[in-house]
Amino acid sequence: MRRFFTLFGREVAGSFHQPMAWIVLCFFLVITGFNFHAGVTLLNGSSGSTTMVEAFFNTVYFWFPFLLVFPMITMRVFAEEVKMGTIEMLMTAPVRDIEVVLAKYFGALFFYIVLWLPSALYFVVFQMVTDVSAGGAAGSYLGACAMVVLLGMFYCSVGCLASALTDNQIVAAVMAFAAILFMFFLGLISLLLPGGGAFVREIVYFFSPVQHMMDFSRGLIDTRPIAFYLSATALVLFATYQVFQHRRWKS
Amino acid sequence: MIKVEQLSKRYGSTLAVDSIDFEVKKGEIVGFLGPNGAGKSTTMKMLAGYLPPTSGRAEVAGFDVFRESLQARERIGYLPENVPLYPDMRVREFLRYRAALKGVPGRRMNERVADVLDLCGLVEVEKKVIGRLSKGFRQRVGLADAMIHEPDLLILDEPTIGLDPNQIRQVRDLIRNLKRHHTILLSTHILPEVEMLCSRVIIINKGKIEALDTPQNLRAKLGASGHIMLDSKVPDVRAACAELRKLAGVESVSTRADGAWTIFTIRAVLGEDPREVLFAHAAARSWPTRELSRSAVSLEQVFAEITHAEEA
Repeated sequence: MRRFFTLFGREVAGSFHQPMAWIVLCFFLVITGFNFHAGVTLLNGSSGSTTMVEAFFNTVYFWFPFLLVFPMITMRVFAEEVKMGTIEMLMTAPVRDIEVVLAKYFGALFFYIVLWLPSALYFVVFQMVTDVSAGGAAGSYLGACAMVVLLGMFYCSVGCLASALTDNQIVAAVMAFAAILFMFFLGLISLLLPGGGAFVREIVYFFSPVQHMMDFSRGLIDTRPIAFYLSATALVLFATYQVFQHRRWKS
Repeated sequence: MIKVEQLSKRYGSTLAVDSIDFEVKKGEIVGFLGPNGAGKSTTMKMLAGYLPPTSGRAEVAGFDVFRESLQARERIGYLPENVPLYPDMRVREFLRYRAALKGVPGRRMNERVADVLDLCGLVEVEKKVIGRLSKGFRQRVGLADAMIHEPDLLILDEPTIGLDPNQIRQVRDLIRNLKRHHTILLSTHILPEVEMLCSRVIIINKGKIEALDTPQNLRAKLGASGHIMLDSKVPDVRAACAELRKLAGVESVSTRADGAWTIFTIRAVLGEDPREVLFAHAAARSWPTRELSRSAVSLEQVFAEITHAEEA
């Protein structure tokens, strides 16, 4: 366990010791800030029952930076070490492969959560300033946060897998982006097939992040997406572990 | 300490290491010698647990490097060839990280880090970022890392490459000091280094072990006891040559003029040392003599002989 935390600490330090981290943080803050501003403007002009949380988490301004940020966070995790050769130092130290994989994954996830912290404050400030509840009920705010974390866990694991597959960071980023985008658009298939009926919609609901976010940000907590994202994360991490071991043993 | 049996490594269709066997006992410094691409680094990587062998087995301190990799790795300090380090970390921070990774207990952390910083002459740069260090310092950071957890065995892949002569001497002194506590396996191109440091030498070429012995024995095995040089002033060079050739233990004589002096290069009969006879002869003829010496066969010649004979 001590080795895991040593590795984890190194991952966190490594993820902040690079200009990319600060570019991503800055880019993310600007866009979520703009998104929040757009949400407030929208609420000002309408008298409907939409809450701030719904307005924030269900726009293209949310999804665009959200999907883009994972390849940037995870592209370096394995690819950089392999390219620099430091993987040789790491793997000849008495550490288990699984500890390395998990430390790298949680390191990436940690950075992702740090990325969200300032945005989470927006809602607190909003409530303080306007005296209007941001989510209508605590459940919708917590639901949206839970979905942000669940999606983050899954997409981070996908990014780690992509990074383990190659020693080129750009290739890793493109692979992760393609995979995440593919899964995202797969979830929108019911929009393309309006004639598909209830059956298609039912199937698509299982893997549609847009649907899940829509429900969760209304406070509609469903255990199916929770189980889906947790098990999918575990599966992809297992695949990452296998790829990592394979890279080690094949050469 | 190290036991290697029938160890092989194949990359695709090339056989990098071809079923080698050797043993290293505790407390030895063994030099691994060979031309580029001979399989030195591959063998060391396998011993360090980084590459899996294609076949055969290797044991370090009684642990199989493949099956009991974790226990074996705990007992090995490994310095890879190009010394990959995290460029964004500071020296002290890096060493603390590596010590924790290698299981140095928290209470001994400061002591160990201070020890290796001191031993490797890194105290002046302990707060510097590794990416800004010179090659020599980086090499020493790598060395400090290799021994931070007091491993039984140090595997050093070309520890002095890319260093200036002063730094090379420092690293050599360091390695010599480490001898007391560690068994060391090091690879190098620099032959005098092996003669200076190692108690045994393994010469490897094209994946096979060509020779495994002490530097002295290797030299002796090559047979020739070297050339003898006699630097004298003789009245008649041709006559002197003819006289010298007749002496016991002399096989051939060649000459070179150096002003009024003549330098005779004398090849001795195998296993004989005719220096005494030569001196007596020169004295009897009362040739003024500046020098009478024997050049020992260097390991360099042994190495060239062994690795070239193969190609011919």
